[in-house]
Amino acid sequence: MGWAIALHGGAGDIPRSLPPELRLPREAGLRHCLDVGIAALKAHKHPLDVVELVVRELENHPHFNAGKGSVLTSSGTIEMEASIMDGKSKRCGAVSGLSTVVNAVSLARLVMEKTPHIYLGFHGAEAFAREQGVETADPSYFITPENIERLKQAQEANRVQIDYTQPIQKEPNDAAAAARIPNGDSQIGTVGCVAVDGEGNLASATSTGGLVNKMAGRIGDSPIIGAGTYANHICAVSATGKGEAMIRGTVARDVAAVMEFKGLSLKEAAAYVIDQVPPGNAGLVAVSSTGEIATVYNTAGMFRASASEDGYSEISIWDSPIKVSN
Amino acid sequence: MGGWAIAVHGGAGVDPNLPKERQEEAKRLLTRCLDIGISALRSNLSAIDVVELVVRQLETDPLFNSGRGSALTENGTVEMEASIMDGPKRRCGAVSGLSTVKNPVSLARLVMDKSPHSYLAFLGAEEFAKKQGVELVDNEYFITEDNVGMLKLAKEANSILFDYRIPTIGTCGAGAAAMDSPLQMNGLPISVYAPETVGCVVVDKEGRCAAATSTGGLMNKMTGRIGDSPLIGSGTYACELCGVSCTGEGEAIIRSTLAREVAAVMEYKGLRLHEAVDFVIKNRLDEGKAGVIAVSKNGEVACGFNTTGMFRGCATEDGFMEVGVW
Repeated sequence: MGWAIALHGGAGDIPRSLPPELRLPREAGLRHCLDVGIAALKAHKHPLDVVELVVRELENHPHFNAGKGSVLTSSGTIEMEASIMDGKSKRCGAVSGLSTVVNAVSLARLVMEKTPHIYLGFHGAEAFAREQGVETADPSYFITPENIERLKQAQEANRVQIDYTQPIQKEPNDAAAAARIPNGDSQIGTVGCVAVDGEGNLASATSTGGLVNKMAGRIGDSPIIGAGTYANHICAVSATGKGEAMIRGTVARDVAAVMEFKGLSLKEAAAYVIDQVPPGNAGLVAVSSTGEIATVYNTAGMFRASASEDGYSEISIWDSPIKVSN
Repeated sequence: MGGWAIAVHGGAGVDPNLPKERQEEAKRLLTRCLDIGISALRSNLSAIDVVELVVRQLETDPLFNSGRGSALTENGTVEMEASIMDGPKRRCGAVSGLSTVKNPVSLARLVMDKSPHSYLAFLGAEEFAKKQGVELVDNEYFITEDNVGMLKLAKEANSILFDYRIPTIGTCGAGAAAMDSPLQMNGLPISVYAPETVGCVVVDKEGRCAAATSTGGLMNKMTGRIGDSPLIGSGTYACELCGVSCTGEGEAIIRSTLAREVAAVMEYKGLRLHEAVDFVIKNRLDEGKAGVIAVSKNGEVACGFNTTGMFRGCATEDGFMEVGVW
């Protein structure tokens, strides 16, 4: 046994031809966040603290779709959401519709710890943020030029993009453009982290700006316990992908359920659950109480990093396609 | 086995001192809603249409805590939420933070059918409602005198009970009545708790399952608070095997992803509907208090609760019908 950690910066249609100026900052971000998480685990911080810490770093990184760098709604605004869950107690917190809170995941934690509720949204969540004195910023802080561009493209293509990396190539011939991007959508977005310590304490947290060009008020899977985030005494899961598919598939919950009820290992369970979601729609990272790690996706790639106490560590974007377990 | 089946609920957790006439009123309403659902099923309406129809009835009647008659936020306003799920393809729709939509369950259905998303909330949901041309009313429409009184009691109770979770000795008048039952849910004395979320689950003649849940939420809740009712997997769930609607302590239902749990033990452990409902109520709630109604594709219906009572009614095609409180 021993500690283990896995984090992601989103699953999606990440092309292998991703240019260095887009790939390198993200790889560096993953490396930095992994280091932060590893240091915290080595310092015996509780996994709940670790996942919050790591997700804060991911939120602050402008190249991932959470916090700074969040994608924009159809009105060009920011609406961020997040959730966090502690495995042993199954206590959880969630927030949606944030427009000024610098670290949504921390507000989710405060909802869990400082209110009698689990989930606060929109103006009520913003009011709570002010009460709690968390760091806020003008909405313009979160908006990056890349995301303004993505919104423009999405609106031109009149589509809701499950995130970014893949800007829609403008072609005189629409069919050629559609052919180049499988199912027409480029996907990613969302960040998350799962961690377990040497005592089997598990935690998970997920944070996102949502879908490019989403309707104002749209809530995805990231703040929904059981969909984007789940942790119990068996495992911790953070998922990413097409929110609507993750919600109907109760993806994060199902990994733990399948381990418990079908006796599958973490890796088998993760593969099983992702396989149930239509291809190109989902990815997840998970750790088990015994320190196993699983990172599975049915998209072209998933920005991810993981490490365990035995010295294993990995940072990847592609490879490791989902294998259907027999 | 086979044939249609329907169950409705008006909330789990009933004040043992509830006046007899309120109990009778509740049973009459449940009976009326069952009858409406039954004749819809006999007219071959699909499960998804029937659950919406029945929950609309429950929302429109001021008796239970949904639509008109909703519990009030700390500000004395109404914020309603609902979700609906269609078993066959697990399509779903949910709404939160509604203040002018007369029938939240119908807006949830429109989110499912007419939007690219699964869940809309607050201003965005209200905008969508306007665009869809659903019936809108002033927030005052939903507020009843009963609940204005309840809110006052809840505030008194919270200021005394919030940190201590023990009942105080009675004061005078209404306060004393509130303190008569030491039973509590969600930190409030049972008499002011307002647990009466409503829900309906149906399996039609073709074996299609559907579920819907609607509520005004917790009395004296923080503005922006979202409970379990609009969360797919927690308050509502439907798949090929079953349809489930839950009610009770929101936190307990979310932490245990209660609705999904019923379906998961059927799916992964092969339990029958009654066994699944019993199992989750007995094993998944820990200290939480909640109730569940469920139907299976085989025409079975089951209810379970670990609270003192649950307003419920159920009926099956072979003529079985039952309405109860305890």
